[in-house]
Amino acid sequence: MVFFLQNIINALQWGSFYAMIALGYSMVYSILMLFNFAHGDIFMVGAYIGFGVATGLVTLSATGFIALPGWVILVLTILLSMFLTSFVGMIVERVGYRPLRDAPRASAAITGLMIGIILETGNLALMGARRVSFPPLIESVTYNIGGVFVTNKKILIVVVSLAFMLALHLFVQRTRYGMAMRAMAFDFVVVPLMGVPVNTIARLTFAIGSALAAVAGILFGLAYPVLDPYMGIVFGWKAFVAAILGGRGSIMGATLAGFLLGFIEIFVAMIFPSTLRDLIAYSIILLILVFRPHGFFGEPYSARLRL
Amino acid sequence: MEANRDKSPSHPPRGKGALRRACGRVPLLGWLLAILCAVLLEHYLGKALADLLGLRKIPVLLGVVTILKKPLLMPKTVLFVFLIYALPIGLTARLIREPANWLAERLMRMPVLIPAAVHLAILYAILHIWGDVSAYRVLTLKLTLIAVMLTLSLNVINGYMGEFSCSHPGFMALGAYATSVFTVGLFATDKIFGPALLPEALGVYLFPVALFLGGMVAALGALVIAIPSFRTRGDYLAIISLAFLFIVKSMIENLEFVGGPRGLSSQPDYASLPMVFSACALCVWIINNFVRSTIGKALNAVRDDEMAADAMTVNTRRTKMVAFMFAAFWAGVAGGLFAHVLRYVNPATFGIQKLAEVLAMVYFGGLNSVYGSIVGAVSLSMLSEALRPLEIFKWIIIPLLLILVMIFRPTGLIAFKEFDGRRLMQPRNRPDNEV
Repeated sequence: MVFFLQNIINALQWGSFYAMIALGYSMVYSILMLFNFAHGDIFMVGAYIGFGVATGLVTLSATGFIALPGWVILVLTILLSMFLTSFVGMIVERVGYRPLRDAPRASAAITGLMIGIILETGNLALMGARRVSFPPLIESVTYNIGGVFVTNKKILIVVVSLAFMLALHLFVQRTRYGMAMRAMAFDFVVVPLMGVPVNTIARLTFAIGSALAAVAGILFGLAYPVLDPYMGIVFGWKAFVAAILGGRGSIMGATLAGFLLGFIEIFVAMIFPSTLRDLIAYSIILLILVFRPHGFFGEPYSARLRL
Repeated sequence: MEANRDKSPSHPPRGKGALRRACGRVPLLGWLLAILCAVLLEHYLGKALADLLGLRKIPVLLGVVTILKKPLLMPKTVLFVFLIYALPIGLTARLIREPANWLAERLMRMPVLIPAAVHLAILYAILHIWGDVSAYRVLTLKLTLIAVMLTLSLNVINGYMGEFSCSHPGFMALGAYATSVFTVGLFATDKIFGPALLPEALGVYLFPVALFLGGMVAALGALVIAIPSFRTRGDYLAIISLAFLFIVKSMIENLEFVGGPRGLSSQPDYASLPMVFSACALCVWIINNFVRSTIGKALNAVRDDEMAADAMTVNTRRTKMVAFMFAAFWAGVAGGLFAHVLRYVNPATFGIQKLAEVLAMVYFGGLNSVYGSIVGAVSLSMLSEALRPLEIFKWIIIPLLLILVMIFRPTGLIAFKEFDGRRLMQPRNRPDNEV
């Protein structure tokens, strides 16, 4: 039982990374009907930007010029990295997606893939092949609750990501921009005629998705403090699977499917040898999609959604 | 290969340049013979000329590698390429224009198989002599031909049927492993499978059987994707195929008897250049016939409007199933060849990287086009070999190139174009030889 609870906590942490990245895929999808295949690499770039900002701030406070406590540095890192990474997202949108909005959707998928490769290679060229380690911003404290070991980092990660998901939900449901996004997701042809600025909304969507990816990257860096340029590939594709599994374009679905994927992976690794993790996890996903071909919250196939 | 990319036969030469006017009416046969002359020249005189010019060895890929590695050698390399390739090809093509046209016309009066065989034989001779210079060239050629097979077979699904399939490396892995198990188990002494069961001399003749088996295994694997494709399309099918890729990869990693994550090695050296070339030629021929047949048209109908196709008596389920299994079969054959060219496979080869590579070739060359697939596969694999001295910047230049192609030609360079061998081989001396 204790073992079980322990794994639930691990799964929550693992799932929140997937969920945060899947949200970015899902938001772009709901508005542009395109998958941003560079998103996994934006997550990687976000983690590196976070690394740069955090290292800079740590060095700054170590000089004694402005002594900042660790949690302030963390908050500042998250905010600054969100800001900077959102520009990466906007550039990706401008270069790779806006020129291709009327092209076949698969072509945009290819540009996304290629931008991803450029981001990885660019990072490799800039930072070199060595892995960098994320500075430990907050001291790790382990609580023992009835035999279940919980670190403060795990709690922090789950809470922060849930808070950002809630904020995104409120943004989409309550603000004018959110309303414009929902309207564009509903109908891409008529809504621009009603005066909704398509390009602004698309840029905003990419910016928000990338900012969330940056948060996920920093949280990932806190939990697993080794970054390498190819970390975005595995995470990106798995989060992409989660985004589809949730039902394309559904924010709620992406969140739930992200957590579900985390749970499946952790529990498969708990019961079976961990080399079988991918095999069983993807077989489950395949089965789910065979029996529910449109994901959890997706609309059935329609002519509008063809590749 | 250069000749394939040359101007299409149906248009009279449009260019203003004198070069274009002079070379405009040379038939494919003439170009092939001219290139044959050039490679023969290189074979016999290349070494001497390279010594004379002070180059250490014959420039491998038309001098691009040499120029990028040592920019100082550029004038010499350009001179070499000009003297060995450009000048002889241009001159010979111009000189043998009339005889070549006459010959092409005579050939075309015979059953179409004869001129096709003649053209292929000359093409093979070119590749063989060109590859004779260094083992590196042979390896590049083999991998390029395999890339052509892979790209073509993926184009059947992504281009002709309009799905976005991500499972091609998975099919390739199935084929590679099935073929390797067959050959390593039967004809090679290996620490996993023990001593050879059959005499090794038999192996070369049974290699096509092994490839066929590999293809069949891949085609069976394709059923996992073909059956869900009855109910779903587009993105969900893309995910199903992606999941399939991960499942195959993970399954092979967990199968200890094929070496698990360490991979499987000591495949016998059966994938010689003639073998790969004939497999590739067969693949192009069969896939070209496939997409031009009724079922190829049915594929296009399913892509454009599944419901309408169904209403017009296209059996959509059968069509999808056949297309998936057919494409997977060729991917499996290509995988089998790939395993025997490298003589080592491991599951990590067949991952997302491979997927991005094949997808890039398909979309770069052009959807729905056999021509495009050949051009895409050949140009991207040659480019990635030629830019090798740039090291990691290669992976910035090639993606940038692809992004530009996608922006300016969203369906690829040569999309929606039929590959008509008969027309390609026509003589070109009459200005309006088309129907």
